[in-house]
Order: sequence, then C-alpha cells, then structure tokens
Amino acid sequence: MSNLIKFKIDGVECMTERGKFIVEAALENGIFIPTLCNMPGVKPKGSCRICTVKINGRLMTSCTTPVADGMEVESNSTEINELRKSIVELLFVSGNHFCPACEKSGNCELQALGYLYQMMVPRYPYEFPLREVDADSPYIIKDQNRCILCKRCIKTIKDEQGRSLFAFRDRGHRLEVVLDKELAAEMTPELAELAMKNCPVGSILVKEKGFVEPIGKRKFDKTAIGSDVKL
Amino acid sequence: MTKKITIEPVTRVEGHGKVTIHMDHQGNIQQTRLHIVEFRGFERFVQGRPYWEAPVLVQRLCGICPVSHHLAAAKALDVIVGAGTGEGLTPTGEKMRRLMHYGQFFQSHALHFFHLSAPDFLFGFDGDPAIRNIIGIALTKPELAVQGVMMRKFGQEIIRATAGKKIHGTGAIPGGINKNLSIEERDEFLKGADPLNADKMVSWAQEALDFFKYFYSSNKEMIDGFAHFPSNHLSLVRKDGALDLYHGVLRAVDTDGKKILHDIDYQEYTNYIEEEVRSWSYMKFPYLKSIGKENGWYRVGPLARLNTAEFIPTPLAQKEFEIYKALTNGKPNNYCLHMHYARLIETLHAAEVIRDLLNDPDLLGNDLVVKGTKQKEGVGLIEAPRGTLFHHYRINDNDQIEMANLIVSTTNNNEPMNRSVNYVAKAIMTGKEIITEGMMNSVEVAIRAYDPCLSCATHALGKMPLEISLYDEDNNLIDRKRS
Ligand code: SF4
Ligand code: FES
Repeated sequence: MSNLIKFKIDGVECMTERGKFIVEAALENGIFIPTLCNMPGVKPKGSCRICTVKINGRLMTSCTTPVADGMEVESNSTEINELRKSIVELLFVSGNHFCPACEKSGNCELQALGYLYQMMVPRYPYEFPLREVDADSPYIIKDQNRCILCKRCIKTIKDEQGRSLFAFRDRGHRLEVVLDKELAAEMTPELAELAMKNCPVGSILVKEKGFVEPIGKRKFDKTAIGSDVKL
Repeated sequence: MTKKITIEPVTRVEGHGKVTIHMDHQGNIQQTRLHIVEFRGFERFVQGRPYWEAPVLVQRLCGICPVSHHLAAAKALDVIVGAGTGEGLTPTGEKMRRLMHYGQFFQSHALHFFHLSAPDFLFGFDGDPAIRNIIGIALTKPELAVQGVMMRKFGQEIIRATAGKKIHGTGAIPGGINKNLSIEERDEFLKGADPLNADKMVSWAQEALDFFKYFYSSNKEMIDGFAHFPSNHLSLVRKDGALDLYHGVLRAVDTDGKKILHDIDYQEYTNYIEEEVRSWSYMKFPYLKSIGKENGWYRVGPLARLNTAEFIPTPLAQKEFEIYKALTNGKPNNYCLHMHYARLIETLHAAEVIRDLLNDPDLLGNDLVVKGTKQKEGVGLIEAPRGTLFHHYRINDNDQIEMANLIVSTTNNNEPMNRSVNYVAKAIMTGKEIITEGMMNSVEVAIRAYDPCLSCATHALGKMPLEISLYDEDNNLIDRKRS
C-alpha cells in the first residue's frame, strides 16, 4: 500500500504521507491553519483549540488529528473562523494583555491572530485577573498577566538531563505555568532567549531586552500571520 | 449674597478641569480655584513592571505629547543602565532623540497655535462659539488651516521616522535609540514635495509668528493687560545659557531676572523642589524649597523658557528673541498671553533645529546604544512643549520599577494657572450677575495659554462640554449654562 494519501481542505485536493497530523499536512500543501499551543516537532496536546476544524460535521483539533485517506476538512469557513475569533477573544479577556507596552507586540502570535480575525474589542467581559510578575531569575521575567497556558515552554525548555525548567502550579482557575523554583538555577542566557522565542505571547521576557527591534521590523508588522504559507 | 460659579469642564483643554469662583454679596471675587478632578495612576501602575517598559508605558499618559514622556523616561533609564546623565549617548542616539523631540515640539506647538489659540485671536474671546474653532478658521482662512494641518503632519512624520510610529512609538530605549535615519527618510524631509520639507516649515513658522505679531501690534493693550502678574520661571537651559529643549541644567529666575536656582544638575532635583498637597485638589503644587511654599512657585513652558535662556542658538529665532526681549527691556516677561508669542518663537527655533539636524550625517550612523554600570535610580528631565517634565524611577535588584515620581508640566504650572484664572475672574466678573459665554471663554483663554494637558497632569482622557453653575451663598443653584 502506498504511503501517500489524498484528502481535501475546503475542497482543495491535498496529498500527504499517512500518519501526519492535519496542521502539518495542510502546511505541506500550502494551507495555513492557525495554531498556538502546537509546535512543529513536539508532541501535540491540543490545549488551545485555535486549530479547530470540522470533519464529518464534528469539531476536531487539527494539531492532534491525523489525516485519513479521503478525509474532507472544513477550515477557512465563516463558521470556523468565527469560532477561532471567539477563542482569541476569550484568551484576551482571561489575562491582562496590554499590547502597547509589551515587548512582544508585533512578534506576538496571539496579537497577530487578533488582527487576522479582525477582533475589534472582545465581546466577552474582561476578567482583569490579579497576576504576578516573577522577576527573580537573573535572565528572564515571567509575566503571568500574559500567559495563555499553552505549555510550549514546558515542552521545549529543558536542562541537559531533559528536565523541564517550566512547570504547572496550582489547578483549575488558578492554574499557572511557572519557572520551576528547583531548576531555576539551570536557566542560561541561551535558554532564556529560546524560551522568549518559543512563547507565543509576551509571558517570558529576556531581561533588559526591550524594544531593541524597531516598529516596522517585527514579524507581523507588515504581513499577517500565515501569509507566508502559499498555496 | 455669596455666589459660587462653577465652570466645568474646560473645553479645548485636553482632559477635564473645573473652575469655581466665589463671589461675596458686593459682587467681589473672593476666591477662584482650578480643580483637576481626576486622580493619578501611572506612578502606581508602573510599579513592578520591568524598567525598560517605562518609556513605552508612561507615554500613554498623553496623546498630544507622548514623545516628551517617552524621552523623559528614556533619559531617566539612561542613568539606570549606566549611560550617563545626559551627555553619554552616542552621537546617533542623542541626535535621533533630539530630532524626535524637536519634531514633537513643532507639531504640538503648531496644533496649539492653529487649532486651540488662533480661533480666539481671529474671532475674539467673545466671538461666536460656533465658528470660534478650527472649523471657523478653515471656513474663513483656509490657507491658515492648511498650514496648521501640514505643519502638524510634518512634525508627526519626523516622529514616525525616529520613534517608529506617529503616536506612541518605541524609538528611545535605555542608553540610546533603536534605529537610525535612512538616507531616503532624510531626503524626504529635506527635499520633499512642497510643502512637506524642512525649508518650507521654517518659512511657515516665520509666517505664523508674523501673523501673531501683526495681531499683537493692533491688540497690544488687550494682550498685555490680560492676566499679567509677576512670577518665578523655571526651565532647563544648555550649560552656556542657550535655549535647549532636550537637555541641560535646571535654572530658575525671579520676576526681575535674578537667578534663584543656579543651573543645577537635575539628578539632585529633590534637594531643590518640593511638591505641596492641598486638600481641595488632586494635583500637587511644586515650589522651590529655598524660597518656600508661599512664594516659591514658578511658571514653566514657553514664557518661562524665554525668561531663563540667554539666547537661542539658531539665527532666525534668535533675531525674534531679541525683538521679543526688547518688549520687556530684557527683563523676564510676565504677560500671560505672551506665552503664545514665545511658543511661536520656539516653533521657529524647532523648525530651524530640525532642518540643521537633518543635514547632520550623525543621524545615519549605526552606533545606537551605550551601557555602563547599572544604577538603582535615575532622573530624566526634558522641556516638554508645555514645560519642564520630570521623570524619576528607582528599581529593585530584579530590574522592576519600585518607585516612580512624575512631575508633569501642567503640575508645575498648577499655581500660575490658578493665579491667572484669579486675575481674569477679578477683571471681568467682578460685580456681574450673569455669566456670559465670552466670560466663560476668557477664563478658558487664561488656562489655555499654558496649553495645559489636564489629561496628562491627572492621567485621564477625553474632552467634555463646558458647563457653568452659579450658586448663592447657601449653595443653591441659581443658574447653569452649558456650551
Ligand atoms: S509562558 Fe508562554 S510558552 Fe509558557 S505556557 Fe505561558 S504562554 Fe505558553
Ligand atoms: S494548536 Fe491545536 S489545540 Fe492548540
């Protein structure tokens, strides 16, 4: 049996290898599906739901769903985009995201998705939660106001023995991702840079690195998120 | 019967102000107060934030002169990152910031003159309020309105090229600047299509000044007679006594021109300046410690700057400065409405500085930032369009701001604005039973001369319509007028 399978996204014929997740396969075929918690090369967990698509009338997260032969995926439709916009809005109201003074502005994936889905103002009430800023580390600042709990830092920032430098704390509504107190000493300037880069928002900031990259030179200043993916 | 007259909120002043006037039964003005009703918040909510966010965060205080806050904060942080107290930046860093600042001056002063004060001069303080505004100017003197808009645009484009955005940019960072000027940007400003080029701006600034001087020559009595009172004056000056809007030492002179603050290093400002809290106002009242609360208050802004400076280091503005100084025989000028005159001389100076800076190759350099030994505390002062602006920060061991103190221009001018309102109220309202729209506007003219940004002084946003309430001695409302 050939390893190649055929499937469709929004009616467009696509082809991929068996076993690939829909987001990856879409990308190979030049189709952009938004993601936040997902990172290429890291086992997906499907926590943010921004990559939601519709298959056979059911909503599924495309970062965790492998493509099946003949599958028909609905992604860039009014209904799905409306849903994604709601998710973006919910993320905005559940934290304190003040883009104007955020170092990540222009490089932030959440902000970029807000623009992509033309969020003017969230339709949900702001929660204005009281959150902490942890600046104890010599290399990073962890600003809980902006964390969207995507776990990308937990999954990718590890010491030489493979231990995650970031960890969950508390549960339910109080759940937080924090710099693990015991492993905090393992943080290096290089890991700090990587953590800031891997965080989709401005929750991890490298110390003393602020606004060095001018407006106009940032990733999403001139082009929308996903616009580099070409059909 | 004692009447209490309330004028609130003041129009064509950014923010929200309220004036109360108390009259005794003979119709004499007993007491006037300019109340700023909002509360301050920025000093509190920058606490805990990483220090390098201050220049982008605190500038949100204001939509008219954010650049001043942006730069004052950056100057304070220069000290914190060990880049010195004003002279330590690279030539590109320093000159890009200067260009940004003078661009800001140019656009802010143009906005003030053409949009906020010219209507009063063109149509009179008691002119029909329906046309006594920028729309009225556009209808009756379209060329003037166009000049106003284009001068503002030019200044804003300078800001965009230096700060990254016309409003609320990120250009100034601790220890320097995050971009240089490209050759294309420079050429656009120097050789841009008419009227958007530096030479045209110099000649338009001269024309605006000539317009005011012409108006002044035929309305001298009214202008000189309006809220004229002695005061101290404070501003930064360059070390050699020149007018400098970006950096210098702090100087104050008294009403006779005698130095009462001797060119001090502003890192030490707390040794010389204190802020008084009065129960009836949210805005503090700063004064010079050496003179004391009663008489130590001072004015800041264009009038003050031309009183403290000994000369202006650009030729056209210097020529005008000499004519202006001759009006008061070289002594400090205490005419409230000469603020507009001084502001237009500064506008001309800003245009000249912008033109000269654009011809300076240092702007194209690549050496943008310097850093040295980290400090815990830093003070940044700048001459904002409305006057001296103080930013003072202290950080903790984790790079978080733990203390911020801001003294904005409008706070510095709190006492003089109150005095001006008092002078005007006495002059035009004494013995009057009915408050006319012209009277209301005259009070506003007195406040507006200082170009107060009430929103920046008190950190609220928005403009509201004018309202006057008249109370008798038992606090019964007997009349209320809204504009
Ligand atoms: S810090 Fe950033 S990467 Fe880590 S969970 Fe929060 S948002 Fe995700
Ligand atoms: S990207 Fe798929 S659930 Fe987050």
